[in-house]
Amino acid sequence: MKQYFSISRLSLTGLVVILVSSCATVQEMPIQDDVADQQLQDEVTTADGTIAGDSDGVYATAMSDETLTAQQLLEQTDTVLAIRTVFFEFNSAKLTDKSLAILEAHGNFVAGNGNVSLRLEGHADERGSREYNIALGDRRAQSSRQVLLFQGASIDQIDTVSYGEEQPAMLGHTEEAWAGNRRVEIIYRVN
Amino acid sequence: MPVAGFGALIIEITEGVEGALPVAVVPFDTSELSSEIPVDVGEIITNDLNRSGVFKAMDRNALVAGPNYSAQVLYSRWRDAGIEFLIVGRIFEKAPGEFDIQFQLLDVLKQNQLLGYSLPVKKRKLRSAAHEISDLIYEQITGTRGAFNTRIAYIKSQSKKARKYILQVADTDGFNAQTVLESDEPLMSPSWSPDGQSLAYVSFENKRPEIFIQHLASAKRSKISGFKGINGAPSWSPDGKNLALVLTKDGSADIYVMNIASKRLRRLTRHRSIDTEPVWSARGESIIFTSDRSGSPQLYEIAVKGGKPKRITFEGKYNSAASVSPDGKYIAMVHAERGQYKIAQYERETGNLTVITDSSLDESPSFSPNGKMVLYASTEGNNGVLYAVSIDGRAKHRLSDQSGDIREPVWGPYKRRRKR
Repeated sequence: MKQYFSISRLSLTGLVVILVSSCATVQEMPIQDDVADQQLQDEVTTADGTIAGDSDGVYATAMSDETLTAQQLLEQTDTVLAIRTVFFEFNSAKLTDKSLAILEAHGNFVAGNGNVSLRLEGHADERGSREYNIALGDRRAQSSRQVLLFQGASIDQIDTVSYGEEQPAMLGHTEEAWAGNRRVEIIYRVN
Repeated sequence: MPVAGFGALIIEITEGVEGALPVAVVPFDTSELSSEIPVDVGEIITNDLNRSGVFKAMDRNALVAGPNYSAQVLYSRWRDAGIEFLIVGRIFEKAPGEFDIQFQLLDVLKQNQLLGYSLPVKKRKLRSAAHEISDLIYEQITGTRGAFNTRIAYIKSQSKKARKYILQVADTDGFNAQTVLESDEPLMSPSWSPDGQSLAYVSFENKRPEIFIQHLASAKRSKISGFKGINGAPSWSPDGKNLALVLTKDGSADIYVMNIASKRLRRLTRHRSIDTEPVWSARGESIIFTSDRSGSPQLYEIAVKGGKPKRITFEGKYNSAASVSPDGKYIAMVHAERGQYKIAQYERETGNLTVITDSSLDESPSFSPNGKMVLYASTEGNNGVLYAVSIDGRAKHRLSDQSGDIREPVWGPYKRRRKR
């Protein structure tokens, strides 16, 4: 069941999906389109509980499809795999139900595609001290990693790093900016 | 009183102090020089003394006379103007590029000389010599060694097209800023070696955090810690032999001590919580660190030889990033109350915690080597700015930089004293 997701309530057209095909280009990746990112977050958080299994929606498969390559699946903008950021509460690495569902979808996908690997980049908002925030971002990346491993992804497929508060996705000292910066970004690499 | 100069940083005294000692610094006589020098020694001393909060220097335009030798001083005029201490001086050129700065510190009420020195100095060290004079004056009057002739390190980031991260050192008045390292990836957590010759820092240049040590004069650098996971929060031991650091290679973030020469590593904490931001006690027998083992970040202390960590802070839900005063009596920290992050100082003997800043996103406190000031980072708009505040919170000044975002200041150690 979990591999099916309704996209009827998720308007993903504004999302900028950047595929990272080699390590050297990672530096251009981390900051996604802020506006699209925020829209996406709003959409996800206003969805009523379950993202999965909505009856009146269009269904897209997030699992490996015989007719599509992993690369092609990742390029699709209307699947849950297109959601590459999960968000957290203040000073917490606890995953919300929605984040869990998103990460499980990625875990299933990675588990079914041995040629795919990904990097989980943990981030924190600007409040508090910087090295503490590095550890907090690491904790967020680790809790995300656990979900992927539980879904069957192998240890070699997942790399983690924490940037703490050093690479904010949104500038400003508002609740909105802080919420947008407390995140784990999922960055794919297809071999 | 903003003072612009050659450096990128600008100093602004933001809070004056009631009861500061009234002093006057007469512009130093340079009439004997064959050409103008690029440094106004009297002005540097004036600004140093004002920044300390201990002194209030008379405005240059209000000076009642312009003596350059004690013999020219009519003490009653200065006394009537409310001045307690007077500084006069002159600069001579002994050979091309070689100078002598002579100065006298005079007690206006007692009508006598407290200090008188002649400092030989090369042209490029003129600013430094002016800070040395400030240090001597400060020490003579307060009994505490001055810390004006020291340096600070900090991280600056510039975001034009791509974000750049720059590690710089500068004089304590913000002048003579020099770039130590520039990177496209984050730089963090600079820590001075106790001899002031090197910095340890975290660099993400290989897309993950690793710890490097760099000798400043030669720019020679080496990676000292590149384990899997976090390599963070380096802190040099007072004897210069060890580095405390944070690693996640064995699980969650824990504190380790590395012998720098042998690279031998010893694990100090072992807890599933976040343990980070280690700093050494004044004498180096214990390490103070941040841990959220109680559920929220608090400061703990553990003996360097190992043992059970003891919790230090109990007030508030967020206490982190300790800096220990050189005499060991105070700990400065980031302290949050009602969502406002401020700098607080904790007096170990009494257990009193005093908030000494009044902004809402203050971080990275660092004690001056004489323990009288705390340097820290705050924010203005989307930029980080540096402030220094006196330990009692009464005097404060800002070091701002219009060209970027500055943060994570660390105050370097004393330089070696000149032989006299």
